[in-house]
Amino acid sequence: MGENGAGKSTLMSILYGFYTADSGTIRVNGTQHAITDSRHALALGIGMVHQHFMLVDNFTVLENVVLGAEDSGLLKPSLDRARQELDRLEHEYDLEVDPDATIEDISVGQQQRVEILKALYRGAETLILDEPTGVLTPKEADDLFRVLRTLREQGKTVILITHKLREIMAITDSVSVMRQGEMVATLETAKTNPEEIAELMVGRRVLLRVEKGPANPGKTLLEVQDLVVTDDMGVARVKGVSFSVRSGEIIGIAGVSGNGQSELLESISGMRDQKAGVVILNGQPLSLEGDDGAARARAAGLAHVPEDRQRMGLVTTFAEWENAILGYQDSPEYGAGALLDIAAAKQAATHHIELFDVRPANINLKTSLFSGGNQQKIVLAREMERDPDVLVIGQPTRGVDIGAIEFIHKEIIKMRDEGKAILLVSVELDEIRSLADRILVMFDGVIVGEADPATATEGELGLMMAGINNKTAPRGLGIAEQGPLP
Amino acid sequence: MDFAIILSVLDATIRLSTPLLLACLAGMYSERAGVFDIGLEGKMLAAAFAAGAVAAITGSAWLGLLAGMIVSLGTTLLQGVAAISLKGNQLIAGVAINMLAAGMTTFLGQTWFHQGGRTPALGAGGRFEPITLPFANELAGVPILGPIYADLISGHYVLVYIAFIMVAVTAYVLFRTRFGLRLRAVGENPKAVDTAGISVNKLRYQAIIITGLLCGLAGAYFSIAQGSGFGNNMTAGKGYIALAALIFAKWKPVPAMFTCLLFGFLDALQIRLQSAQLFGVEVPVQAIQALPYVLTVVLLAGFIGKAVGPKAGGIPYTKER
Repeated sequence: MGENGAGKSTLMSILYGFYTADSGTIRVNGTQHAITDSRHALALGIGMVHQHFMLVDNFTVLENVVLGAEDSGLLKPSLDRARQELDRLEHEYDLEVDPDATIEDISVGQQQRVEILKALYRGAETLILDEPTGVLTPKEADDLFRVLRTLREQGKTVILITHKLREIMAITDSVSVMRQGEMVATLETAKTNPEEIAELMVGRRVLLRVEKGPANPGKTLLEVQDLVVTDDMGVARVKGVSFSVRSGEIIGIAGVSGNGQSELLESISGMRDQKAGVVILNGQPLSLEGDDGAARARAAGLAHVPEDRQRMGLVTTFAEWENAILGYQDSPEYGAGALLDIAAAKQAATHHIELFDVRPANINLKTSLFSGGNQQKIVLAREMERDPDVLVIGQPTRGVDIGAIEFIHKEIIKMRDEGKAILLVSVELDEIRSLADRILVMFDGVIVGEADPATATEGELGLMMAGINNKTAPRGLGIAEQGPLP
Repeated sequence: MDFAIILSVLDATIRLSTPLLLACLAGMYSERAGVFDIGLEGKMLAAAFAAGAVAAITGSAWLGLLAGMIVSLGTTLLQGVAAISLKGNQLIAGVAINMLAAGMTTFLGQTWFHQGGRTPALGAGGRFEPITLPFANELAGVPILGPIYADLISGHYVLVYIAFIMVAVTAYVLFRTRFGLRLRAVGENPKAVDTAGISVNKLRYQAIIITGLLCGLAGAYFSIAQGSGFGNNMTAGKGYIALAALIFAKWKPVPAMFTCLLFGFLDALQIRLQSAQLFGVEVPVQAIQALPYVLTVVLLAGFIGKAVGPKAGGIPYTKER
């Protein structure tokens, strides 16, 4: 457990032999080992499931499992043995996967199973999982946790790296907290609580619950009607979506990533042409076609915090002050004609840094050198300080540490209370539930349902995210049904 | 066209596709391992020169071939150090090899042999002779099949047979062996290979060593089999055509063979069609000579759809995130 950049992944990569330690010792089963590479770690029974899967997309499941653990120079005997062994493992741990399926054709949850099978096939006794639920639906996460419990029962050691407090409470026996590269505490899960762990992680008391008053919705500021958007391959990803956002209200769009939310965001913000439908801002239809659609949307008062700050929100090789005016560089206060008023831009950047407490407070630093949370603050400051009528935000806290999450959430609520209309898209269900005043669930390009965050359970939302709109969701075991947030 | 002419065009097709095929397979190993290789041309040229020079001096085609392969391998390793170990840009490394080869061969050729960059014409023994397959002469009299066997299949240089055998060998190595599995994996997702405990760079070096040896064969074919001695820029862009064939064949061995045969066929046709008349007007030789190159552009631009190469191609592997 630990914030981003606390050193969790680095520590585990050292255990797995991906990096080598400068000093210190590692003991496996009581004997000291200097783990020099991944092969060595595997031989010691340490297996790792990386956050970004280490799979070859156009290979079959079987080929991926065998890669690096082949028996001989020819493939066939290895593949045959792996097929039998996989069959046994799948039954033993209840991990069903089709061995002949190609990786790119199976779901993310299935791909993760392949990673686990890969480790087990190599005889792993200790399994390290790095942020395993980040890419999963609540249902898939439940399945994963069931598998992890089975592994524990079979005598395996499971190390779970996560920043989600609820997962720690739900499944672990003991928890170690890291902060700034140091292990600050090791606790028995049963004898601690989320507040204590969060405090240890951040080093100060953290409000886990977002404090917000009731919404006071006013007139409709953003209206989307029958929007159809296709992706680069011409496949429809948004299939006729309509909704409206009023002033003083946050609409949250929930859903498993890849169900059209990205295309919806890109279309409303003018980055992607729409196939059909209209976007109405303040009663005026917005013209978003063409390469300068995004600029026109901004000029009309629609600010956009894109999902992927490094790819779409910032030019990471540019200095902070350059990024602070990106997208608004043509506006009159930053210079007339072809010339840029650098002093004005730097002044704006300095102002943003103060307001949003960006660290380090250095406007000349390249943005790639800021942490994820501070990069996000730079983008948020730029968009929010323009005082837009409508703010469209994608994944506001992806890869952002707890301290910064708290800050960003407060800023979003503050904007709402100032009477702005906010459209929030996030794959973090917790975030949607705690920020949004109304939740729309997207599945396969359509909005399958609307929910009231005050009353909807995570189970109901999870079912909608899987495309099933059923108000009376059956209750079962697992974290998806564990009720309100900690 | 009568049967004999068709046979002779097809015979030329095989001869002309051989160096393309060898270079194309060479590129396949490298690119499947994630190292883009635009330097096939340069390596072939260097090998052609070395083979021509050594064969001229020693009078032995085999020593010439060996020299060609050694020089090509050395050139490949030079490119490899830049593109793999030093993590340089793979395209630039390849282009540098091409320029180096073009300049050095002419310069050394002129310095050593004083024939305007050419190597001396080869005598008997310095050049590979066509091989007559068993029973070729006896069966030549059999209608249809006889001439096909005797003229088309028999009577080629040893390198021709090696090239076509290499198609099957490559298919087997890539898809049926541990080495092939790892090679393909390293071109798609080197990190997956690294976390499986296999050295990415070592695998890539192994792959380009094969590339170097095959380019050596291809280059030697120009100067000591098809030709008799090295001439300035004698590979004439065939390395680039091989690269185009590789992409057109989507990095697969058997389609690569057919693509190279297609390009070879156009080349053969081009030779046959010179001084041909179209509507009573003689077609300029240059226009016909340009045909294979025009086709390269047309095929690549329009007819293959989206060619998705190895995903990690062109990117040097670094552990750091």
